[in-house]
Amino acid sequence: MSKIKCALIGSGNIGTDLIYKLKRSPVLEPVWMVGIDPTSEGLARARDMGLKTTAEGVDGLLPHVAADGIQIAFDATSAYVHAENSRKLNALGVLMIDLTPAAIGPLCVPPVNLAEHAAKLEMNVNMISCAGQATIPIVHAVSRVQSVDYAEIIASLASKSVGPGTRANLDEFTYTTSNAICAVGGAKTGKAIAIVNPAEPPLIMRNTIYCETAETPDAAAIDASVKEIIGRVQAYVPGYRLVNGPVFEGNRVAVYLEVAGLGDYLPRYAGNLDIMTAAATRTAEMFAEEILAGKITLSPVKAA
Amino acid sequence: MTPTTSSKRRIVLHDMTLRDGMHAKREQISVEQMVKVARGLDAAGVPWTQVTHGAGLGGNSLQHGRALHSNEAYIAAVAEVLTKTKISVLLIPGLGTMKELEAAHAAGARGVHCATHCTEADTARQHIGFARKLGMDTSGFLMMAHLNTPEGIAEQGRLMESYGANVVYVTDSAGYMLPADVTARIGRLREVLNPETEIGFHGHHNLGMGIANSLAAIEAGATRIDASVAGLGAGAGNTPLEVFVAVCDRMGLDTGCDLFTLMDLAEDVIVPMMDHLVRIDRASLTLGYAGVYSTFLLHAKRAADKFGIPARDILVELGAKKMIGGQEDMIDDTAMTMAKERGLLGSEIVVR
Repeated sequence: MSKIKCALIGSGNIGTDLIYKLKRSPVLEPVWMVGIDPTSEGLARARDMGLKTTAEGVDGLLPHVAADGIQIAFDATSAYVHAENSRKLNALGVLMIDLTPAAIGPLCVPPVNLAEHAAKLEMNVNMISCAGQATIPIVHAVSRVQSVDYAEIIASLASKSVGPGTRANLDEFTYTTSNAICAVGGAKTGKAIAIVNPAEPPLIMRNTIYCETAETPDAAAIDASVKEIIGRVQAYVPGYRLVNGPVFEGNRVAVYLEVAGLGDYLPRYAGNLDIMTAAATRTAEMFAEEILAGKITLSPVKAA
Repeated sequence: MTPTTSSKRRIVLHDMTLRDGMHAKREQISVEQMVKVARGLDAAGVPWTQVTHGAGLGGNSLQHGRALHSNEAYIAAVAEVLTKTKISVLLIPGLGTMKELEAAHAAGARGVHCATHCTEADTARQHIGFARKLGMDTSGFLMMAHLNTPEGIAEQGRLMESYGANVVYVTDSAGYMLPADVTARIGRLREVLNPETEIGFHGHHNLGMGIANSLAAIEAGATRIDASVAGLGAGAGNTPLEVFVAVCDRMGLDTGCDLFTLMDLAEDVIVPMMDHLVRIDRASLTLGYAGVYSTFLLHAKRAADKFGIPARDILVELGAKKMIGGQEDMIDDTAMTMAKERGLLGSEIVVR
């Protein structure tokens, strides 16, 4: 069976982990990796793994897009350069999966709204944040049962798994995730809290989700809904696990999760990074399946 | 420590009653009570008072409890009655944001403790820079300082200074440190920071060391000390402000504060406000002994009631699991996991 050819932009930890996940995919094939530093370890590793590489940024990739049949690109660079990368690749008919906080395209959490985005043939989808990927499925699982007035999520991350970009811009993480709790999770208002814990050995990512329902919560229905959606996330993140809950206290529903990574390139404790690469891969696969089935055709996007 | 004979050494006291005290009051201090306390502090000549939710800006949450009013409402009400005392706020990046700092500044706040865990100073870079841009007195506040070495604290303090902090705090959030621990950390900070950068110490009284540790800090070069009236604060409370002023008076240290006004405030206003006597009981002593974040105390007592696991056992387990400030959600989680292990909780749906 033929596979959809992909390019990875950004040769850091996320880009490298994506190579492993794409190589395992039945419908995706990593072909190019794009960096900006010719001496980067990430590019050297990509070459060892059989990918073509350029150190000239996205402009180094553009001349090869048509010849190598690239149809999907993953951007793991930064919010500052993403818009330009996306515009250039969309113009060549390449679909963009955005792992930066730029969020110029619609927000995507696979078990919640991926099918919708694929049906609309969106050319740029954003993966929100690690905490968003881990917690929004649960907010959705409650809000599809009954109205959620307020949802609050707490993500505890191992210090070693939080890179300099996130550290320098924690407010951006807070705003992006809080917004997505409402826009994708379906809560009326939302709040996101991040904790960076330096314990050694590093702690596996933990997430707590609180939802306040408008009416008395239907405990049995919410319990079933939460467990159903956990199963769907486990399809692409096997280490996504319910530790405690759902616990019901008045109108408050509390769910306590642990997210262990697959340990491909990133260590297992960094479930926060793994759930981003896994969700991005799952998103690309959904589009790839539709392309291969002839249901959708990607076409160049004219600059607005 | 020997008093200086020529000129009295100046120590800047920073009151925590209306912020750390919020923890001990489960965030339920009324505006009227805040105003009353603030008038007393102002009359006593306390230079700074911190006013926010116990967890600071952005603290109103299910995780940290909801206060009776917004931070802005408390700050504006207190600002109106102060004549000399200035207002500061607490901001923990990951919880509070720059938008909230801007709103607090507009309501009247003129100083900020930008707080991170003692190894994660670089998560406060943008907030410290922004606070300085607003013209605020800006402290880098290294929490749970017992979990980093003197050398590590010095490095983290240098980072905060490089972002623009004009004060760097060693914060004994767990009330775990002994005077020698304080001396080592502050002494090393004093060696590496610019001479114009001040050093502060924030103590908790869980091992009864609030006063002794604050004196050790001053001896090692600190000029700012956090304290609260009658010790109203998380765990066994903070360094008791009126007691510390008395000790400073005896030692010839100049705090500019009036002792009798403060002891009246403690006795007549603060102690009657307390929901429980803030003292070293077995749970708060456990915090200090095991090195656990003081704010976890009341949460652990509540989890104990809910899940039938003694608060002391929960606190010891949280310490062993290396949970840090802000992870209050892990208290119920840990209590439930322990209850399952002890056969007190099965796989049934928990409805309370």
